Amino acid sequence: MSNITRRKLITTGLAATAGVASLAVGARVARRYGLIPPDHGGVFGPGETLDYAAQRLLTRHSLAREFPRSMISKAPFANAIAPPSDLFKRLQSGGFVDWRLKVDGMVAHPGSFSLADLKAVSLRSQITEVVCEEGWSYIAEWIGTPLVDVLNEVGILPQARYVAYFSIEGDWWDSIDMADALHPQTLLTWGMNDGDLPPGFGGPLRLRVPRQLGYKSVKYVTRLTVTDSMKRFGKGLGSSAPEGGYSWYAGI
Amino acid sequence: MSTVAPVLKSQVSRHSVLVRVTHWLTVLSFFALLVTGLEIVISHPRFYWGETGNVNTHPLFTIHIPASRGTVPTGYGYEWPDENGWSRYLHFQAAWVLVLTGLVYGMSSLLNGHFRKNVFPAPPDRTWRAFRNVIAKYLRGAPADAAEEHTYNVVQRMAYLCVIFVLFPLVIWTGLALSPAFDSAFPWAVNVFGGRQSARTLHFLVTWLLVFFLVVHVFMIYLAGFWSRMRAMITGRAAEPKERP
Repeated sequence: MSNITRRKLITTGLAATAGVASLAVGARVARRYGLIPPDHGGVFGPGETLDYAAQRLLTRHSLAREFPRSMISKAPFANAIAPPSDLFKRLQSGGFVDWRLKVDGMVAHPGSFSLADLKAVSLRSQITEVVCEEGWSYIAEWIGTPLVDVLNEVGILPQARYVAYFSIEGDWWDSIDMADALHPQTLLTWGMNDGDLPPGFGGPLRLRVPRQLGYKSVKYVTRLTVTDSMKRFGKGLGSSAPEGGYSWYAGI
Repeated sequence: MSTVAPVLKSQVSRHSVLVRVTHWLTVLSFFALLVTGLEIVISHPRFYWGETGNVNTHPLFTIHIPASRGTVPTGYGYEWPDENGWSRYLHFQAAWVLVLTGLVYGMSSLLNGHFRKNVFPAPPDRTWRAFRNVIAKYLRGAPADAAEEHTYNVVQRMAYLCVIFVLFPLVIWTGLALSPAFDSAFPWAVNVFGGRQSARTLHFLVTWLLVFFLVVHVFMIYLAGFWSRMRAMITGRAAEPKERP
């Protein structure tokens, strides 16, 4: 092959070496700055890792779009949910006064919050859009207590990397990284459009993560766990979503 | 100017290595994006205009097929299996391949003169008359010019310009505009379309324009000689000169 000159060979060799070296450096930097998602393994791992890493670099502090009151959807859609458990129905019949949010894991003061306790911590109201991975959406006003305020209340330890959150409905749980957990719009939501949050929309307590798709906003939250690794939760993929085939990171 | 070198050999150089590799990577990722995109669409085959839309609001248009979710009123008693999980993973993975391939192709074509020499219409061809002449030749079924053995005519160039600089950027942009996190960093990217549902509808429509291009593209290859064109895009060499009239 007369086409292959010495110069071509050298440049190709240099380019290949530079490529391999930058991949290795990239992987180290990514691990160092927390750009590797819990579901980074498997055939779709590269795409998921690129999505998460790129978006974390771009969106660490960015705010989800908020809308004027006039854009609140007249007919929001409460997605279909499984029939509530007996435990939920019992708490509902009591007006949710016995609803508790347990906060544990890597925190200085593990605790348990009633809805009244949460309302006493702080209040934030925001008009944001719910976007389902299926394609539909609606806008509502969400009223709640920013997760960051609750985390400050219990005091997170420095090694914290994720906050896992669990629904009263057994197999429904998820987690977010600290960028989303400490984000001012990540809301432990108990009100919607000037009223209580209806059960169809996740009431009495839903963790709304407006920079990610709807399925990250788990309904009926009863427990938060602060942790340094998602390996010990479920199959270690970060949430119940990847166990059902869906990506852990849902900012896209 | 290494791209000129092989002309003296027995076969005419047609496509550079870069064009061939990026072409097939684009084919591969486009096919993956198309299949997974349609898979995602069937979970909600309704399209809206503006910021929001759901089953409680009026659609702009509806595709009359069964859906993969029971919450969509399609009128069919049937529900497709839910394949959104892997479809979404693969859609975004393939999108990375498409975007990175596009960047490599675009940057190098700008630097090595591929755009200037083969894609932007040559100065004498920048007239309606030149454009009409080529169309008329196609309609008459006249044989291709000798020059078309190694480069594109003005109609082909306009089609490729449209796909490279309008349709692909638009389908990538409208796709990014569907990401709530991307929109938090760049709200104008979605607001410019008049809302997220508008971006979703445009993402779908631009896809069909790309499919339309693909159909015409493959049909023209069939007319020009399927195997000789395939060989050119795989090996880089066009038909042997002696085969030409």
